[in-house]
Amino acid sequence: MTPSVMSDALGDDRPMSSTEIRRTALDALHRSLGATMTDFAGWDMPLRYGSERDEHLAVRTKAGLFDLSHMGEITVTGPQAAALLNHALVGNIASVGVGRARYTMICRADGGILDDLIVYRLAETEYMVVANASNAQVVLDALTERAAGFDAEVRDDRDAYALIAVQGPESPGILASLTDADLDGLKYYAGLPGTVAGIPALIARTGYTGEDGFELFVRPEHAVELWQALTKAGEGAGLVPCGLSCRDTLRLEAGMPLYGHELNTGLTPFDAGLGRVVKFDKEGDFVGREALEAAAARSRENPPRVLVGLVAEGRRVPRAGYPVVAGGEVIGEVTSGAPSPTLGRPIAMAYVDAAHAAPGTPGVGVDIRGTHEPYEVVALPFYKRQK
Amino acid sequence: MSNPQQLRYSKEHEWLSAAEDGVSTVGITEFAANALGDVVYAQLPEVGSAVTAGETCGELESTKSVSDLYSPVTGEVTEINEDVVNDPSLVNSAPFEGGWLFRVRVTEEPSDLLSADEYTAQNAG
Repeated sequence: MTPSVMSDALGDDRPMSSTEIRRTALDALHRSLGATMTDFAGWDMPLRYGSERDEHLAVRTKAGLFDLSHMGEITVTGPQAAALLNHALVGNIASVGVGRARYTMICRADGGILDDLIVYRLAETEYMVVANASNAQVVLDALTERAAGFDAEVRDDRDAYALIAVQGPESPGILASLTDADLDGLKYYAGLPGTVAGIPALIARTGYTGEDGFELFVRPEHAVELWQALTKAGEGAGLVPCGLSCRDTLRLEAGMPLYGHELNTGLTPFDAGLGRVVKFDKEGDFVGREALEAAAARSRENPPRVLVGLVAEGRRVPRAGYPVVAGGEVIGEVTSGAPSPTLGRPIAMAYVDAAHAAPGTPGVGVDIRGTHEPYEVVALPFYKRQK
Repeated sequence: MSNPQQLRYSKEHEWLSAAEDGVSTVGITEFAANALGDVVYAQLPEVGSAVTAGETCGELESTKSVSDLYSPVTGEVTEINEDVVNDPSLVNSAPFEGGWLFRVRVTEEPSDLLSADEYTAQNAG
């Protein structure tokens, strides 16, 4: 055993500008539950409470409870809030209806991805942008800079919210027992204000697990009370507290990208196979348009590497950064890899040369610390829930 | 968690049983298993191979990481735990018992193996 087992390979290991570790409003509760904590983007977060495999399977079959308070909320308000976001982000944010949400990205002028985001339209002139913890400051700075000339205000609301997610097939029933909100009418990627266990909350039907589920944005001082109410309501339904470790394997099985792994400033949305989030036909100009038009053409005519799924034939686990090989040549690189609790085999996402990207391409392997292990190329996602 | 008194420990979190007919059993401690998380793959040394105290002789993979397995003693591997090869989760569920890793005919022991109390103190530090 090496001491490195104590450090975590969660992926988000970019150096932080601040050395001060941040703790969520649920910190003491996590410790009382015996959580193994990890540094994630400068936050001390639960990695797992018990077995991460059990937590993963609970979300797939019953329900899991997550503290996601490290996510970065930024509020954009004002008469030109929609126009500002259409200019600053690649999606058509003005077309998002009140009460709905959109997955989108913020890019640099050269088309490189600064972050992937979920934007909730809370009112005609009010949006909440949710950024990855590691990029929240970058997104806040970019939005603030891009707001120049718009009649809109960009507000740092990172400390205004705790975020608790309840995910899994039992989550609608658990939540319904605590709220009068119309959950049946709340579609995937929608959000509405309401109360849960008497606590004011923004109730959103979003998640990062590939399951049905909800994300509840509440004031930090209400976080413990909400967590406890959900825990109690989920007792009979198999709800368990879940850490970031299973969140990572859940999103990987669901083929969802993670910033710093599948997404970075060196890639455009088109390089990541997510060109659909870029809306060239929206009103007005937006940051990155020119570069992204070129990237779109390049991906049509002469695609660079393509993001694919890999499934192991053996049991050794591919990790981010491992080379993908074919015929003794390096043809790509693993961006995320883990043992898949659902498939029972190791899986990975990887960027590979287009010539080797078709599902079933023979002779593809991963160089696992010097040994070429055979892997099958598959289409993403690895897992899709039955609706 | 408590570390069995009858075992000795390496700083790298392996345990070593008292030798019977010159053969000792090796595993990783509960502390280490907890730190790893769910073990999903164990690559153990081959039977008949020579292992050297403090040197890599295999690897353990968990959801989040891969870790080298070090031999706490020098000797020859006489047996590996096929149950762990088939079901690596035994390392988590019974690290001091059914989750043992390999047996070794000891030819040389390093001088810095720890007692249970010393090992417990190391991890508390």
